[in-house]
Amino acid sequence: MAAEGSNSIDALGQFQLHPALGPIGGSVNFTQSNLMMVLAGGLILGLLWVGMKPRAMVPGRLQAAAELGYETIMSMCLETIGPEGRRYFPLVFTLFFFILFGNLLGVFPYFFTFTSHIMVTLALTLLVFVLVTVVGLREHGLHWFSYFLPQGIPMALAPLLVVIEVISYLSRIISLSVRLFANMMAGHVMLEVFGAFIVMLGGLGLLGYLPAALALGLNTVLIGFELLVATLQAYVFAVLTCIYLHDAVHLH
Amino acid sequence: MSQDNGGSDPSFGDRLKAARSKQGLDAPPAQSLSDKDAPGGSPWGIGMRVGVELVSALVVAVAIGYGLDRIFHTTPILTAVFVPLGGAAGVANLWRLFAPKS
Repeated sequence: MAAEGSNSIDALGQFQLHPALGPIGGSVNFTQSNLMMVLAGGLILGLLWVGMKPRAMVPGRLQAAAELGYETIMSMCLETIGPEGRRYFPLVFTLFFFILFGNLLGVFPYFFTFTSHIMVTLALTLLVFVLVTVVGLREHGLHWFSYFLPQGIPMALAPLLVVIEVISYLSRIISLSVRLFANMMAGHVMLEVFGAFIVMLGGLGLLGYLPAALALGLNTVLIGFELLVATLQAYVFAVLTCIYLHDAVHLH
Repeated sequence: MSQDNGGSDPSFGDRLKAARSKQGLDAPPAQSLSDKDAPGGSPWGIGMRVGVELVSALVVAVAIGYGLDRIFHTTPILTAVFVPLGGAAGVANLWRLFAPKS
């Protein structure tokens, strides 16, 4: 699928959506992206359910993984948001693990990365954005709007700065969603391009074997890099959600 | 409901934290979190963040300006007004990200 012609690389074809689960999925437009989301959710629930089943004092591997995830996100919430962070722990935990599993599942061959679609990341970001705004309004009432007026500025500059602050606040939607989407898409495009190089150079015969092996080695390195990016971007999304919640709860 | 167990949890949490820091268990996560706040990290990550912050503010500003122009039929004026404001908002985003923390 990578190289139909000898000199064309279809780097973006991997992001096309296809109906999954046969005719039933096709009739309700259930795509492979949705299937991966369900799979990611099932795996997270499975990890927590099966991992926490022994309830051992000295945890086994799965229980250690589940507890590590819980403790990491809990300490992130408490340190970034403050004592109120306990209330928002379920949201941050769900977001982090949904994105993490989506990113990591995409590294496997034949699997689809649902976080490589801007529609998915934008929906997640809008959820966070609307929630942060609602939390801010509920905690502070109309006083929340003073968030857009930086403290200690001359009053003459206020109209200008309020507009800038509002734009800056709205730009969170774009920056949060595009960061995750662009990182995931760029990584998979690079994998596809170098994968196509392997096929094309391998087809050249004896002369192409060495460069093809180099491309294969590079792809191996890229897979490792992709694992790093997958984890890091899920972490960044969760941390930024916490920072935005901190701003909403504490105003500055 | 978080208020109820808030009474007993902090003391236990404090004791756990003290015990953990005595064992040297807490040092790595605390350090990695401060790394995240600071402009550290890989150069590629910094470049990515700077680019995304600047461009996203500009995109929002252009969208607002263009939308208002469409509403008020003042086609180039409001877009032209909002583009510099968007650039300023992008720089404000960056300042908020990389400002030295006191």
